[in-house]
Amino acid sequence: MKLSGLEPLVINENSNFINIGERTNVAGSRMFLRLIKEEKFDEALDIARHQVDGGAQIIDVNFDDGLIDGKAAMIKFLNLIAAEPDICRVPIMIDSSKWEIIEAGLQVVQGKGVVNSISLKEGEDKFIWEAKQIKRYGAAVIVMAFDEIGQADNYRRRIEIAKRSYDILVNKVEFPSEDIIFDLNVFPVATGMEEHRRNALDFIEATKWVRENLPNVSVSGGVSNVSFSFRGNNVVREAMHSVFLYHAIQAGMNMGIVNPALLEVYDDIPKDLLEHVEDVILDRRDDATERLLEFAETVKGVSKEKTVDLSWREGSLQERITHALVKGIDAFIIEDVEAARLQAEKPIEVIEGHLMIGMNVVGDLFGAGKMFLPQVVKSARVMKKAVAYLNPYIEAEKSDKQEPVGKILMATVKGDVHDIGKNIVSVVLACNNYEIVDLGVMVPPEKIIETAIRERVDAIGLSGLITPSLDEMVYLAKEMQRLNFELPLLIGGATTSKAHTAVKIDTQYNNAVVHVNDASRAVTVVGDLLNKRTAHEYVVKLKADYEDFRTKFLKRGKEKSYISIEEARQKKYTIDWETSPIVKPKELGVQVLKQLSLKNLLPYIDWSPFFRSWDLHGKFPEILDDKIVGEQATHLYEDAQQMIREIVAKQLLKPKAVFGLFEANTINEDDISVMKKGKEVAVFRTLRQQLKKREGIPNLALADFIAPKETGRTDYIGAFCVGIFGAQELAETFKEKHDDYNAIMAQAIADRFAEAFAEYLHKQIRTKHWGYAAGEDLTNDDLIKESYKGIRPAPGYPACPDHLEKETIWSLLEVEQLIGVKLTESLAMWPAAAVSGYYFAHPEAKYFGLGKITDDQVANYAQRKGIAKEKARKWLHPNIASQ
Amino acid sequence: MSNIKQAILERILVLDGAMGTMLQRYKFTEEDFRGERFKDYPIPLQGNNDLLSITQPEAIKSIHAKYFEAGADIVETNTFSGTTIAMADYQMEDLVYELNYQSAKLAKEVADEFSLKEPQKPRFVAGSMGPTNRTASMSPDVNDPGYRAVTFEDLRSAYKQQVEALLDGGVDVLLVETVFDTLNAKAALFAIEEVKEERNIDIPIMLSGTITDASGRTLSGQTAEAFLISVSHIPLLSIGFNCALGANLLQPHLEAVANKTDFAISAHPNAGLPNAFGEYDETPEEMGEQIEAYLKKNLVNIVGGCCGTTPEHIKVIANIAAKYKPRKFGYVPDQRSENSNPSL
Repeated sequence: MKLSGLEPLVINENSNFINIGERTNVAGSRMFLRLIKEEKFDEALDIARHQVDGGAQIIDVNFDDGLIDGKAAMIKFLNLIAAEPDICRVPIMIDSSKWEIIEAGLQVVQGKGVVNSISLKEGEDKFIWEAKQIKRYGAAVIVMAFDEIGQADNYRRRIEIAKRSYDILVNKVEFPSEDIIFDLNVFPVATGMEEHRRNALDFIEATKWVRENLPNVSVSGGVSNVSFSFRGNNVVREAMHSVFLYHAIQAGMNMGIVNPALLEVYDDIPKDLLEHVEDVILDRRDDATERLLEFAETVKGVSKEKTVDLSWREGSLQERITHALVKGIDAFIIEDVEAARLQAEKPIEVIEGHLMIGMNVVGDLFGAGKMFLPQVVKSARVMKKAVAYLNPYIEAEKSDKQEPVGKILMATVKGDVHDIGKNIVSVVLACNNYEIVDLGVMVPPEKIIETAIRERVDAIGLSGLITPSLDEMVYLAKEMQRLNFELPLLIGGATTSKAHTAVKIDTQYNNAVVHVNDASRAVTVVGDLLNKRTAHEYVVKLKADYEDFRTKFLKRGKEKSYISIEEARQKKYTIDWETSPIVKPKELGVQVLKQLSLKNLLPYIDWSPFFRSWDLHGKFPEILDDKIVGEQATHLYEDAQQMIREIVAKQLLKPKAVFGLFEANTINEDDISVMKKGKEVAVFRTLRQQLKKREGIPNLALADFIAPKETGRTDYIGAFCVGIFGAQELAETFKEKHDDYNAIMAQAIADRFAEAFAEYLHKQIRTKHWGYAAGEDLTNDDLIKESYKGIRPAPGYPACPDHLEKETIWSLLEVEQLIGVKLTESLAMWPAAAVSGYYFAHPEAKYFGLGKITDDQVANYAQRKGIAKEKARKWLHPNIASQ
Repeated sequence: MSNIKQAILERILVLDGAMGTMLQRYKFTEEDFRGERFKDYPIPLQGNNDLLSITQPEAIKSIHAKYFEAGADIVETNTFSGTTIAMADYQMEDLVYELNYQSAKLAKEVADEFSLKEPQKPRFVAGSMGPTNRTASMSPDVNDPGYRAVTFEDLRSAYKQQVEALLDGGVDVLLVETVFDTLNAKAALFAIEEVKEERNIDIPIMLSGTITDASGRTLSGQTAEAFLISVSHIPLLSIGFNCALGANLLQPHLEAVANKTDFAISAHPNAGLPNAFGEYDETPEEMGEQIEAYLKKNLVNIVGGCCGTTPEHIKVIANIAAKYKPRKFGYVPDQRSENSNPSL
């Protein structure tokens, strides 16, 4: 049998069992029924999408309910499905007992679906007429074992009706036999009624007969019916379903409605349960039903649970708490903490005693390199849960509160939204008994200052990922100096460096400024800074160290020399535009992608940076087998995979993208004029390297990769923005449950998806929308190594460090209006998991770093862009050579 | 039984080239389009190419003749937009029967002349059934994805009218072409089946989809194989692709269906991709080379041209086609026995 949605589904002798999704059936899902009644079609579509994502190869759609206009609902729902490529890639099963509704469905489905169902119930004439119509519409059909007398309920009646239906269909209607599916009626067993004893066996035997005697047909059925008598006992039901399927599939049942959540693996069914269930399904004993009922009582409620080693539960209370903290197991922590509380005089003692003893073990192992960051964060999760449980008791006592070793204010600075690193440091410090005041992201300096004073914090930690954040940090240091602060200032985040901290921040503040580049170092640094005995000495040493570093760094900087911008332009990279190929994009203009499934992005994920964000260094996949961090990397990877499965199945993250391909020419040496039908719609300003280089080595600007206007040839450029929505909300739901581990995981995964999306989209651009590399065949490794042709540099990154250029992209593509990715005042993208940039297609286009530029280019750039020179200086600041 | 079913077993059949490209050469004015009969028609008619079968029948006949002279076995009637749905733009819904009938008749007259001259090479007329300008499985309104500008029922009844007129005018085969939305095509096939049953006749059907970009999918989102499966419930003479792409870019899509079907395979690609001025400038020789690649791979049974192709193109294609044997089809072992093959 061949069926189709947007994609083919070919079912033959070699196919595995075909799973039909039934949640889009008002009889099969109460939630779906409610949504349709309330006309919430959007949410109803989500159910369909979950089904397909969950592995349904066909979706059954049914609106037979007294309170629904079934025909209207069928048309509307199937039309909406047609607009969702994620869903309508699979064939549709149009399910109704009313011909009118079936026909309405057949008229709106472009693929070849299945009609569910027809039968001889109302006589041959109607059966023949309906079958003929179905054939003409182009669908397969389910035939119920039902005739004028009634529903087939034994072996003989099943094969008799099947044979008669088959003969009519094949001989009188000339219906293709491979498009016939028999539903031979799955009825419950173990009902206590004598006549139901053979229900499953008759089905299985009739299936065998049908497959052997009626060529080419398929056999289907609704599996959950068989276990109807055991509603409420899922252990038995799951076993019954798999036993029934095991035998029915062997007999030739090749498709059906099965709830995968209610299915045990046949081989995993305990021997005794299996025997009892098979006795019933195969009707092997007279007392099979009674025996299973009895046995069912003993397994009731013991739901599917992986056997885990629980021997550690036999240890002492302290051993159990320590074990839970070290292993990050939160399943029993409340129970254990409660036991500890009952033993203790004051609840606070549980924290200061049991829990701190455990956390000290964690701290020691971490310090000794025997535990890794992901584990520590998991430990923190357990700790938080325990503390959250104890807090009400502690509050009730109102006695002296636990004295934290120190109070640290953490914030991501104004204009910046990235907080994975900050969250990790916060958690690690919290584990070490520091109290954290986390102000979140995009925190204005006034709020940091004000909170620091009010909360009497002991240190301030600042984080930032984009370059404008560096200036925010400098500004804050100046403010702290102006207000005569004495608190140490910690600097962290991907864009920060010891050099920047030493040169730009340390010089603004007379007290301690420390660059902390990884979470594990944060604990020792903060410990030294807050240790009253040694702090002074430590700060003096620190200041001297930064002074020394600064001097060396600045000296090194002076050795480089720069050429004027005019001179640099003379030395630009030249492409022979006379002969150089220019490929016209297949699709010019702006396009939006909102329907993409996350699944499509999975193959494009570059995992190495994911491990780096957890302080596990190494290349993926080798890192999984690494001698030192391999085990932890593997656990982390498994946790990530699990969360990804959940995210994909529940569509918890939503990828959206906008991109545009345009005509373009380089004008005035360094600008790129972007055009639609020859009319300029935007100008990209590029920056040129000014470092003095050896003879013959060009001074690059991105504009060099686009044909200049003077050549008379129309060239092309692209721009894009991809964003992953929903990470913040997802992280919040975890945080509410005191689960920082998964909150950070969610953000890290969203970041990976954003990068993967950018990679995916670039490939689509190269091979399809632009099409200049239609034949390329690169593996993900090749992509990570950037072996593709053409580049996608991003504003704010080395080739084009000016974040202001994002504004040009945003207005050209209407990014915010079309997909909702916003720019903050520092031009960071929100949501944080987002990537934007340009596309250059020329084979000689390559990534490069701008390096430092000099004042003449800054002035020229400001003038070209029509902005004040001061504004240009502010944004280009990290790239301006100090003279 | 129409003998096109015999001919397709014996040789590679050549379909004609573009009608529109040839009509452009006449540079017909608004007056020419109107002719005497529609001189007072309330709305502009220039561009209504199908109408020329009534107002400029000699031009249409002469184009058909040029294609037959170039070596075509089959010409398409000038009825690409001959449905009430497509003719609504010109408020000519009432003229649909006449347009199709006249167009079929003109083409058949020319074909009969050639068949008489060269009885060893009988010529055929394919009744062209375009996709209409509406789509049944997509919404034209981005804010209302559930909306449809046309229903299956609208399409079925419009196509039925076209089919009846084409048959009355004497076509040998029906060509449902340039299918960008499979649901539109299914409505056309449904209508054809109804007429076949009502008149108790058999008429061969050619079906040709269009794939607009390198994604390998139709405009309505189906892969080539899903498209094939969705229309295979009707016994077709041939299935294939036309328009949108040049011959070389069409090849992978043809390959995607060729080894998955018992039907004959057809291809009538454009003369390359349009240049910056929207013109097709692939020469007959360039196109011929690419078509020859199909034949070397034994990929097709029917070849011809779509946008931008001319009698010069068809001449080159016909000469090449004559050198090759047709693709064998309909004899897929252990699937269907020979005598139950729907296309024979």
